Amino acid sequence: MKYRVLYFASLRDKAGVDTEEFQAAHADPRRLYAELRERHGFSLKQESLRLAVNGAFVGWDHALADGDEVVFVPPVSGG
Amino acid sequence: MAYFTLSQAPIDSALLARQLADARAGACVTFEGWVRDHNDGHAVRRLDYQAYAPLAQSEGERIVREAVQRFELIAAECVHRVGALAIGDLAVWVGASSAHRDAAFAGCRFIIDEVKRRVPIWKNEHYASGESGWLHPDNTPVE
Repeated sequence: MKYRVLYFASLRDKAGVDTEEFQAAHADPRRLYAELRERHGFSLKQESLRLAVNGAFVGWDHALADGDEVVFVPPVSGG
Repeated sequence: MAYFTLSQAPIDSALLARQLADARAGACVTFEGWVRDHNDGHAVRRLDYQAYAPLAQSEGERIVREAVQRFELIAAECVHRVGALAIGDLAVWVGASSAHRDAAFAGCRFIIDEVKRRVPIWKNEHYASGESGWLHPDNTPVE
């Protein structure tokens, strides 16, 4: 399956890109983050992130589908 | 009137406040969040806000709608800047009007607190030392 991953804040800085396509043989967002964390050396733990799929917050047990837009949402700091 | 807006351009607070006017309203509370020149012992030169726009928009709107319902506001709105901001710039504006002041104060407070807690917007501070850093909600740096 192919996912489109968008990066923000410290994840964007570490990845060096705003967005990337990622091929995976599974639908598990926890595993996807672990793979990307390994690839890019992200310091944020999965437990400190929220998950958004196709522009909406979802729980970590959400099963991903081919073509999904996935965002690992770092702790926010607006205001 | 939009409930929540992300803005690339400077915020016109006077214009926004006038839009909350309503014959039924006896109170209007507004909040302005400004860019200050220090944080956590560092001198701050400027900052950048980054947002995941579609989700920031929908989550911000949800918060303002919640506030209107919960506090029986007559009108409410929040505008948050994105992009590069200088010291003293208006970063976020919240306004709430209601029949009586208690609801307007509570609604305005609820909106800014929830926006800071839930809306996917991130602040990157640029320090006098030349370094920069992304912040957590409590204004401590991301490790």
